[in-house]
Amino acid sequence: MELVCPAGTPASLRAAVDAGADVVYCGFRDATNARNFPGLNFSRDELAEGIAYARTRGVHVYLACNTFPKADHEHIWHQAVDDAVSLGVEAIILADIGLLGYARDKHPDARLHLSVQASASNVDAIRFYHREFGVRRVVLPRVLSLMEIRELNCAIPVETEVFAFGGMCVMAEGRCLLSSYATGESPNMNGVCSPAAQVHYLERGDTTVSKLGNFTINVYGASEKVGYPTLCKGRFKAMDKAGYLFEDPTSLDVTAILPELAAVGVTALKIEGRQRGKAYIAQVVSSFRTALDRIAAGQKVQTGTLSHMTEGMSGTTGAYQRGWQ
Amino acid sequence: MKVDTLSERPKLVMGPVLFHWDAQVKLDFYARMADEADIDIVHVGEVVCSKRMPFFDKHLPDVIERLHRGGKQVVVSTLALVMGGREAEMIRDVTAMADDMPGVLIEANDMSAAGLLAGHPHSIGPFVNIYNEGTLRHFARRGAVRVGLPWELPMESVQILCAHRGAVEIEMQVFGRVPLAISARCYSARAQGLHKDGCRYVCGDHCDGMDVDTLDGEAFLAVNGLQTLSHSYLDLSGDIPALQQAGVGVFRLSPHSFDMVTIAGLYRQVIDGKITSEDLQDRLFDLCGDIDLANGFLHGKPGAIFDELPDRARGE
Repeated sequence: MELVCPAGTPASLRAAVDAGADVVYCGFRDATNARNFPGLNFSRDELAEGIAYARTRGVHVYLACNTFPKADHEHIWHQAVDDAVSLGVEAIILADIGLLGYARDKHPDARLHLSVQASASNVDAIRFYHREFGVRRVVLPRVLSLMEIRELNCAIPVETEVFAFGGMCVMAEGRCLLSSYATGESPNMNGVCSPAAQVHYLERGDTTVSKLGNFTINVYGASEKVGYPTLCKGRFKAMDKAGYLFEDPTSLDVTAILPELAAVGVTALKIEGRQRGKAYIAQVVSSFRTALDRIAAGQKVQTGTLSHMTEGMSGTTGAYQRGWQ
Repeated sequence: MKVDTLSERPKLVMGPVLFHWDAQVKLDFYARMADEADIDIVHVGEVVCSKRMPFFDKHLPDVIERLHRGGKQVVVSTLALVMGGREAEMIRDVTAMADDMPGVLIEANDMSAAGLLAGHPHSIGPFVNIYNEGTLRHFARRGAVRVGLPWELPMESVQILCAHRGAVEIEMQVFGRVPLAISARCYSARAQGLHKDGCRYVCGDHCDGMDVDTLDGEAFLAVNGLQTLSHSYLDLSGDIPALQQAGVGVFRLSPHSFDMVTIAGLYRQVIDGKITSEDLQDRLFDLCGDIDLANGFLHGKPGAIFDELPDRARGE
């Protein structure tokens, strides 16, 4: 399986390449990609240098252009696609139907991948994107079980890429307005979720309150580790009970089911985290490189090596195992 | 633009019932829609969870017939999140009927349904992402006669999309809780320590969704099985004149357990310029009790906000 690794900065790109990535994916420094955070992402020149660094080491670069173009501003996204093609990335990761149409018409030879933000979760949706736009690979939404992925791979004419490690959306991606509801900034339109500029922490007695916009996302006791207030990972009250209603503070980690993912026909594994630093990237990428090399050599994979890198020190295999639902 | 708004009477739509109401409650609801409501179009079909379908599918032919007798156009809405072979098969079955049911339009709420309906007249629902002209053009070329715009669009995007609508009708929800997210996981079940496969249909305990508060006791969200909604109720009555001016021709009300016949009448009167948005809101608080209203998305602000009329929104 191909190892697809994130880079939010040129230093992270080099770290990922050096740690054994097969592919590094990046975005331009604007609202055209779904990690539009301050200080992150690539200028055109930086991407050109990154591609050169990767290429001499046999590593590919993909460009994520996976937000939904704003009405009357489509030219910004069109330019991003044009620039990605002329810089020579090996694939462009897209979600918007209008933009996919543009890319197909303008650059018929470009390799297009369907972003997880398109939420293509079934055979006919994937066939649609293949038929209409010649999409060659689909990044599967994090809602499918191993069984469902196997079924899909038997029925679709394109490759599948799945999330392997990192932050985990519990909602179908590209269809979540929770951040937008609380903060006015949306993954689909602005490329941000639970934006840092709207995060506040308050001390109240011996508790710490984390807030997103005007809403309390969690209240931590003195002995609890304070986490980032990503909306769907918050603690809320329903039916007089307080708890992690949507998801516990946890990260996705598929190390334990890598052989199963290979067996159900997955082509590529994606590591989440373009917002992460280069040390994190280096460690996660090299751990997955080792695991994949051991599998290729018919050896057993050691699990739990990344548990200190996961949120709440706990990993989940998420929707891949049906019990999660 | 002016000719447009005068020549075509704006349409009022009752969207799909998002909640797991008892079959009898739903039958009564559709009977009232057919016989009493000043509504042009009524949606049927399960949008949130396929596990609920067996409870009501057998009634659909009768419901559709009754709505037709009441002079309503009927739209069959499809599932928003389609996972696995069984659900894919359901979408194939319903979309295959696109040309066989006179007076019935099918609304695609995911890309499998949209793809299968290409070439036949159909509607694209608000669960499908249409943020720009290029995407709107794609659907118009493939037979969409109506599109529902996503809830989070600001007015300037609505205006631009309307300007590029061609022959396509543009629809926007103007009343009801806003669907904010959908998941493979059932949060109604999880809140009660249950798994989706053994959910006991506990989502049916909350006819307008299960209230979700912050730990500081502030009303925040509402959970409806796999779906998460806003706690506040969208009310765009104050924006209806501007939406009409932009070219929005179809206004959707999302069903709740309130008196939807009366609520539909109120929105009709706002559309016709007979009452003001303030009049409507006063009546809404009488009918619905102490609900929060919101209109922030259209105003380019957080969706939870009620812009410009904060005092009235709190019921004074």
